[in-house]
Amino acid sequence: MTMREKIEEAAARYPDQRSAIMPALLIAQREHGHLPGSVLEEVADILGVERIWVYELATFYTLFHTEPVGMFHLQLCDNVSCMLRRSEDLLRHLEEVLGIKKGGTTSDGLFTLSTVECLGACEMAPVMQVGDDYHGDLDIARIDALLGRLRATVRLATGAELAAAGPPGE
Amino acid sequence: MFEPVLLSNVDVPDGHLLATYEAGGGYRALAKALREHTPDEIIDLVKKSNLRGRGGAGFPTGMKWSFVPKRAGKPKYLCCNADEGEPGTFKDRIIMERDPHQLIEGMAICAYAIGAETAYVYIRGEYTLAISRLEQAIAEAHAKGYLGTRIMGSDFSFVVHIHCGAGAYICGEETAMLDSLQGKRAQPRLKPPFPAVEGLYASPTVINNVETLACVPHIVVRGADWFRGIGPDKSPGPKLYCLSGQVRKPGLYELPMGIPLRELVEDCAGGPLPGRKLKAVIPGGVSAPLIPERGLDVGMDFDSLAAAGSMLGSAGVIVIDDSTCIVKVATRIIEFFHHESCGKCTPCREGLNWVVKVLRRVEAGRGAPGDMEQLEALCKGIFGNTFCALGDGAAMGLRAALAHFEDEFVTHIEERRCPFH
Repeated sequence: MTMREKIEEAAARYPDQRSAIMPALLIAQREHGHLPGSVLEEVADILGVERIWVYELATFYTLFHTEPVGMFHLQLCDNVSCMLRRSEDLLRHLEEVLGIKKGGTTSDGLFTLSTVECLGACEMAPVMQVGDDYHGDLDIARIDALLGRLRATVRLATGAELAAAGPPGE
Repeated sequence: MFEPVLLSNVDVPDGHLLATYEAGGGYRALAKALREHTPDEIIDLVKKSNLRGRGGAGFPTGMKWSFVPKRAGKPKYLCCNADEGEPGTFKDRIIMERDPHQLIEGMAICAYAIGAETAYVYIRGEYTLAISRLEQAIAEAHAKGYLGTRIMGSDFSFVVHIHCGAGAYICGEETAMLDSLQGKRAQPRLKPPFPAVEGLYASPTVINNVETLACVPHIVVRGADWFRGIGPDKSPGPKLYCLSGQVRKPGLYELPMGIPLRELVEDCAGGPLPGRKLKAVIPGGVSAPLIPERGLDVGMDFDSLAAAGSMLGSAGVIVIDDSTCIVKVATRIIEFFHHESCGKCTPCREGLNWVVKVLRRVEAGRGAPGDMEQLEALCKGIFGNTFCALGDGAAMGLRAALAHFEDEFVTHIEERRCPFH
């Protein structure tokens, strides 16, 4: 399905098109990685709603990114339950090994590091969300293993893309 | 030994699938409701059960349902509040991930009682597994005729849609959630009108928490007296408690309402970490004022905790031990509320900004004489003067920390350092 079709399907669930802005933005962000002005305007046009309504939401809700984020968005919870299980040590470690500060993106575009409010998974604190997945009961060794796995998926993906492109030189 | 009710299906393999739910007696409550009861009888049954809302406010559920006008001339809506954002809370996520049909059945019975044909589940966007499980469960329920038109041969038709949130704590406030569902920034509405009369799209709307709705099928099958027989009569029922923080066995526990907080922390969750001592417990998510160790014999129900100066809230129980600085915890909590303030009203938006600045400098050893009075004055300016309960929760929590751990704040200011660093 195209982005337009997905948005139109979502919009059919509501009696008012304005309600479909949030789901449409989530669909658009999955498609584009983030939400630049041009995408916000496209969403407004597809739904036939005021552009300001779309801008209002994209800048209010924290899950919407109007700026690009890395391929892996590391979202470390630092709210109370995670703080009590030493999430600060994990943040310091991530900043060190990635060579970036909280809020930054690595120069290769692989990782963006953020702290987030409670992820609702305090039974496995300290917890971090990466893309769709939750990773809990974290310590420094598990963080390192996770970063290793994420880097490996990129290498695999790159390898698969190369294979799909056919042998070099042809 | 208390037999789990809400979690009875949660640890069963494939508990999220319809076949598993049906094998455990699932959707018999809906069948019973449709065949044996009128909508008004269901409302009376829920009223008699004394079920109170599990989202935090503890409002009587049956009474809330009864406020929906019988003849509205407009469609009526049910909204399920699954925007579980209260720090320390994860019970609704686990129900939706592992037993989503329990919620769907509860929603269908509620919709039948209030005369709604459409429901929206407003669920946190971060909860990707819960979202996909719920989507799958809705599709399965449709295919089997538990949702859709003329359910089980009755005149009742009902559909459920999922609406994903996008990271705003304030959406847990019911009228902010309605504005968010209508495609606006989530900011609380002025009440009245209350949602039961004028809610989603200005239509009569009931908003219930996931756990509240999950209680409903059990009440229909086992009766109001059974439900009222569990825990205190005015605040009864099985209850999910989320244990987290500095405790040996964090996790989700189901026990009767009213169980002593100490039993929950020391027996169920195994007590403090090795070599540490309990210092304080936040009993109901960070909006609930903390309780120092000496107060832990309080019962975990709406009325007992209110009498003890705290609240049951979302039953997110956060355990704090003697290695932790209360000023640091208080600062982090106020930082959270400041971040999540929707910006609509001045006492919350500006007041919390100010409180954060004072707390940060006290924690960093740069506090000044008069900061304690300043913090109290700011709490006074916020409490009772905000549009919704967000500001009240922030002020109440800080006041409790200041009252119970005044010496820690004073030490920070006088010694110009954090004694825990």
